[in-house]
Amino acid sequence: MAVTRNADAVAPVRSSSAFSIWLTRHASTSLGALGRLSRQPFASLMIIVVIGVTLALPAAINVVVKNAQSMSGSWDNALDFSVYLDMDLTVSEAEGLARLIEQRADVASVELVTADEALLEFKQQSGFGEALNQLGDNPLPHALVVRPGPGNTGASLRLLQEEIGNLPETDLVQVDTEWVQRFHAILDIVRQAIAIGAALLGIAIVVIVGNTIRLDIENRRDEIEVTKLIGGSNAFVRRPFLWTGFWYGLLGGTFALLLVQYGLYLLRDPVTRLAGLYQGNIAVATLGVTESGAIIGTAVFLGLFASWVTAARHMRRIEPR
Amino acid sequence: MIQLDNVTKRFPGGQEALSGLSLSVDKGEMVFVTGHSGAGKSTLLRLIALIDRPTSGQVIVDNQNTRRVKRRKIPAYRRQIGMVFQDHKLLADRPVFDNVALPLIIAGVSHRDAGRRVRAALDQVSLLHKEKQNPLTLSAGEQQRVGIARAIVTRPKLLIADEPTGNLDPDLSLEVMRIFRRFNEVGVTLLIASHDISLIDRLGCRRIALEGGKLQLEEEDEVDEWL
Repeated sequence: MAVTRNADAVAPVRSSSAFSIWLTRHASTSLGALGRLSRQPFASLMIIVVIGVTLALPAAINVVVKNAQSMSGSWDNALDFSVYLDMDLTVSEAEGLARLIEQRADVASVELVTADEALLEFKQQSGFGEALNQLGDNPLPHALVVRPGPGNTGASLRLLQEEIGNLPETDLVQVDTEWVQRFHAILDIVRQAIAIGAALLGIAIVVIVGNTIRLDIENRRDEIEVTKLIGGSNAFVRRPFLWTGFWYGLLGGTFALLLVQYGLYLLRDPVTRLAGLYQGNIAVATLGVTESGAIIGTAVFLGLFASWVTAARHMRRIEPR
Repeated sequence: MIQLDNVTKRFPGGQEALSGLSLSVDKGEMVFVTGHSGAGKSTLLRLIALIDRPTSGQVIVDNQNTRRVKRRKIPAYRRQIGMVFQDHKLLADRPVFDNVALPLIIAGVSHRDAGRRVRAALDQVSLLHKEKQNPLTLSAGEQQRVGIARAIVTRPKLLIADEPTGNLDPDLSLEVMRIFRRFNEVGVTLLIASHDISLIDRLGCRRIALEGGKLQLEEEDEVDEWL
């Protein structure tokens, strides 16, 4: 058998474009990495479940907070506040003031409770009727119940209350609904806590994936050595591990998404019942395309990042002996 | 093709594997390096493959001073050299075809061209019919031939081999040497480390004998008639 050396075999053949070769190599490396995962289904599944659960947790809490927020926003009447007017104001003056405030853009409606109505109601409800009859004058002022408009935020609400309180005819603004604001403040804290927790869980994912990739690298040490020996660069030997990290991220993120969606599905009926009880129109907020993308994107990023850091660290160490 | 000038390789313990070794191998030569184990044969090949660097002196391969090859450029440097190992270093997790194709994949050769060239290389070592088998199912001689196919699939100008027949019986050793001889006939430069003196004597190539890291003798034998 003769050894032939034809010209086109000497140099790397350039008939296909470098880009399409690069693309084909990546495609085959990526499928190879996927195949490797499927050959150890149990171990791979564990990693995917860990990523899925770890990401599903903050994502689910986030959805719950979002729902709580929209729910509290729909408690319109909970934002009503009372304005007590000066004692010397007449009923017609109070009516005029009520109409004036009602014209504000950030006010939905104003209801006037005159001093007489208030006294009557107080007599009926307090049980002090007899004692109150002894009083010559009505000690109660006229009052307004202001319902803010739907577009208000916590800050604009405080501004509205302040401005009304500063009117010369008003004496006192009584906010009965500070608990709503406290509730919002709690939601803010919860959201911050989620962010911190999510960051910690993200670190956990990086450590777990990184450790798995490290074991994978150790198991394939011979292969890496041989590949380097015959001219494989660090980038070349790193590539399959990056793809492994990518697949862990993608599959783990998808699993997280399924977990959250299933959880929301389970919650849908009870929440609808609750909404019915409150006569609110509460629609359960689900994961939109952006949020789903964010979950999967985060998972892929974490997987890639973990494998990149690990592979970069270990590839340099493994050299042919 | 290969030139060593006063090369010394000292290991951290202070032991010298090569001491002031100078030698040269011309383009198109087929040269054997002989000597007992520990004489410095493997170290010489490791310096050429840039697995190790010399403590002092210069190693020049194909007009490149290896001292100037930066760490990042080592992979590209190694791709110019075919390497055959005593334990052949095949990857057991993939078939023969993929083992031989690995250097081409590293070099970024397209799939179709790679397939053609892998089959050509396997044909040259008469193993075309075993391309789908796992290397572990092959005999020692066949495994070594797969290793050779992998070394020559990129058509290197220089092929270095460290004890390529170390694990083979005489008949298989001779077969491997014949394959090397055929590459040499088409212009490939070969540097082969071996302690199998009787086999080398039959081939009649130049011999570089090392003893304690130094040159012992260089001799050129007559080509044996029956090879």
